[in-house]
Amino acid sequence: MGDVDRVRWRCRRGLLELDLVLGEFLERCYGGLDADGRRLFDELLEQPDNDLLDLAMGRSEPPPRYRALVAMLRGAGEPAPM
Amino acid sequence: MGLPVRLFDAVIVGGGGSGMRAALELARADLKVAVLSKVFPTRSHTVAAQGGVAASLGNIDEDNWHWHMYDTVKGSDYLGDQDAIEFMCRKANEVVYELEHLGMPFDRLAGGKIYQRPFGGHMRDYGVSPVPRACAAADRTGHALLHTLYQANLKARTQFFVEWMALDLIRAQDGSVLGVTALEMETGEVMILQAKATVFATGGAGRIFAASTNAFINTGDGLGMAARAGIPLQDLEFWQFHPTGVAGAGVLITEGVRGEGGYLLNKNGERFMERYAPNAKDLASRDVVARAMATEIKEGRGAGKDGDCILLKLDHLGEETISKRLPGIREIAKKFANVDPVKDPIPVVPTCHYQMGGIPTNYHGQVVVPKNGNPESVVPGFYAAGECSCVSVHGANRLGCNSLLDLLVFGKSAGEKVIQDLKQDGKSHRALPNDAGELTLSRLARLDGQKSGERVAEVSADMRRTMQQHCGVFRFPDLLTEGVRKIKDVAERVSRTGISDKSRTFNTARVEALELDNLVETAVASLVSAEARKESRGSHDRADFHQRDDANWMKHTLWFKQGSRLEYKPVHTQPLSVETFEPKARVY
Repeated sequence: MGDVDRVRWRCRRGLLELDLVLGEFLERCYGGLDADGRRLFDELLEQPDNDLLDLAMGRSEPPPRYRALVAMLRGAGEPAPM
Repeated sequence: MGLPVRLFDAVIVGGGGSGMRAALELARADLKVAVLSKVFPTRSHTVAAQGGVAASLGNIDEDNWHWHMYDTVKGSDYLGDQDAIEFMCRKANEVVYELEHLGMPFDRLAGGKIYQRPFGGHMRDYGVSPVPRACAAADRTGHALLHTLYQANLKARTQFFVEWMALDLIRAQDGSVLGVTALEMETGEVMILQAKATVFATGGAGRIFAASTNAFINTGDGLGMAARAGIPLQDLEFWQFHPTGVAGAGVLITEGVRGEGGYLLNKNGERFMERYAPNAKDLASRDVVARAMATEIKEGRGAGKDGDCILLKLDHLGEETISKRLPGIREIAKKFANVDPVKDPIPVVPTCHYQMGGIPTNYHGQVVVPKNGNPESVVPGFYAAGECSCVSVHGANRLGCNSLLDLLVFGKSAGEKVIQDLKQDGKSHRALPNDAGELTLSRLARLDGQKSGERVAEVSADMRRTMQQHCGVFRFPDLLTEGVRKIKDVAERVSRTGISDKSRTFNTARVEALELDNLVETAVASLVSAEARKESRGSHDRADFHQRDDANWMKHTLWFKQGSRLEYKPVHTQPLSVETFEPKARVY
């Protein structure tokens, strides 16, 4: 099943910032998501680029169901905890 | 020949602003239109445009297209074609009002008219003082534009092929274009999309540089396909750079940081702008700052472990000023540079932003190539618009807010021209040549069969590094000469790339290898064209030839893939209805 590949491609966006944030997220966090988490991430990827970037940069707050995911997204660009 | 074929009146490659504007024109004329897009159309790179659309509506202060035209010709450093520039500036109001009628949520004045704001380079009275000319939708103009056009296209029944990548152009014996081959990513299936008209709207190839503000999808697919099919690429030595992008990431750091008192340091902690611009220092114009940064790096005073960046210091402004006056900068620096600018400087580097060159077209959007002594012979069935095309309205440098205008005006005019051409000569599809699709199949077979191939990521990184070091914002003769040799080596290696994942569905490794095939054509064209142009004009800035040289170099470059050969063709200095703007020194 090429599911991860499909998600990988959908992380290609119109904004460079999102390419970087989502790329990091794929590397660091996506593998650890359970089926529900992955489904939520699919949903999140349906958001328009600007809205998604605002969420990732902490300029707007997500609805409760996305909170945990967005928290991971916000951490994704920062150095890994040692 | 085993590829399945689908028939359309028009195939548009690219679902960004120009592609969707062209598609709308065609679909409304009841033509059968297919738009291919690698990503969902509203996620095209047009979404990154914030500034606005330039149009001399005169809603705030008196304005007219003559002044806009003058600014654009001057901004182009007299390399822009003046017929095309007149055409664009005269059409600006019309395309903005059309967009308004489609529901584009422009910012408005209290009375209801479209609000306009000033933007760099846009002036009244032929360069005398700034005039508000940019029509925007908050800071989301590109986003609003894409959504407006997408909805309008759905209504007009445009057929979207989302997550499809066009691979090669199909040309008849006589050179006419008959469509493209394309890959459906989900199934891995390759198909021929045959059309009476093929419109390229594939955007720029900004990813050829290590430092780029462009999204990853900007791989110049249209330019690669055109070059492989024998179409020359025009004026690719001209790339617009921004002085301060985050090193290694490309995300822009606003010039406002220097406006608020931030300054640049080399690896020795020296505030080097004092040497290059003793009065203005870090507030000198963009090109002066970018040139100084490039010189520091070239002369071994760059910071970072590879000595290839400059430090932007702002901690002395204090945490309060930084968060109050420069909102978002701290978050950007933390996220993309891994530094907190309240404590440490941000590593920055001149960063590629926009491609002025591209596939040569006239202002009807028709692709034009030299043939039998005519420098601009029309290629039947082939059209291009937006950043992938070179009309040329931007010449050697682009004014802000003229890129969204460009894609609206020429997306529309390409659409109109297709309709006109099909009325005259579009009853049926021409027969495909026997070898249609063979080039694509052989490229795919080569990639799948390659034993111990070069890794795509490595070759790609070498290409970007070579372009950045040898063909960046400020160009040195020794680096250019060496760069030509290096980039040709890289191109050689691209023809031997291999992938380990041979699966069919959503094979991103295969897509990235195919994208690199496209990128490298633009990279070679850019370096070879830049090395050859022995002057400084607009964004092409050479250390050994400081001045613009109109006597020898007021001409367009054409690069041909075959033999990596260059030709030149004249600039159109004759506008459509007004007198020529004669070249002057470009000072602001």
